[in-house]
Amino acid sequence: MKRKLIVITALMFVMPMVVQADAISQLQADYQAKGAGPFSAAAGEALWNKPFKDAKSGKERRCTTCHTTDLTQAGKHLRTGKVIEPMAPSANPKRLTKIKKIKKWFVRNCKWTLGRECTAQEKGDLLAFLKSL
Amino acid sequence: MNRKTLVVSILLSTAMLTASTLAFSSDDDEKGGFLSRWFGERKHEVGVAPVENPQYLEECGGCHFPYQPGLLPARSWTKMMAGLDDHFGENAELPIEDASAIEAYLVKNAADHSDYKRSRKIMKYMQPGETPLRISKTAYFIKEHNELTRNMVEDNPQVGSFSRCESCHTQAAKGSFEEHEINIPGFGQWEDD
Repeated sequence: MKRKLIVITALMFVMPMVVQADAISQLQADYQAKGAGPFSAAAGEALWNKPFKDAKSGKERRCTTCHTTDLTQAGKHLRTGKVIEPMAPSANPKRLTKIKKIKKWFVRNCKWTLGRECTAQEKGDLLAFLKSL
Repeated sequence: MNRKTLVVSILLSTAMLTASTLAFSSDDDEKGGFLSRWFGERKHEVGVAPVENPQYLEECGGCHFPYQPGLLPARSWTKMMAGLDDHFGENAELPIEDASAIEAYLVKNAADHSDYKRSRKIMKYMQPGETPLRISKTAYFIKEHNELTRNMVEDNPQVGSFSRCESCHTQAAKGSFEEHEINIPGFGQWEDD
């Protein structure tokens, strides 16, 4: 009886972690179904730091422009000054738990930063990188 | 009839004519029956209707102050929602069902569909053909902010732009923009001259 209790309690602690990984795993499975993978956190990190030039303004943009280089810290929107909560799940456990939210921001931010949507491979790599933080 | 009667009847008919003209005169501010100006209830809620739509707060208030729909006419909101891929230089795209729901909310509560005091003023000062996207460039807004200096807003590191309503208007989130509520960072309360 005591052992069962321990096992159940242990499982209860593990559950939230499993749930958290779920959104990322699901999305990565989606990307793999589209032919992408395997995913590399190193490639994700490289993309995260890569500079892109905005066609209209000629100015340089990177993910770090708003999110900063330390993802355990809050970032700031370049124009509105709005605080952006840390991207690192270790600093912000709510991060990367909602598929719809991840998808929405990939559309917006890839288009704004890269000038186009990220490919399935790029998205998978980025998620691999971010979840490791 | 005699002179006295004539004078009295002229005076009386003039009075009645004036009264009825006033009662029936069109006033686009007026809702209700023809005597409502004196006897009816006029709903003039102060400010603009506050935002209670959680989806709007989340999706639009996520990056900037959630501007109340009563700050722009419906046609402006429609134009705004049709151009989210270039939303003042940002990409604010949304899944179509979310964009549609938000647009419906904005249009329904737009300045030209609202009785609130500021909404009515905004529409009053606007040209009929105008479809402004920037609230801060509407005629009423400009008029209301024309006593400010650059160092209070644009050059003020704690403000930076007229788009940051909440920086100075302490009750902006509730839809209230009354003068006594204003506190400009670095300058203090707004003194009414």
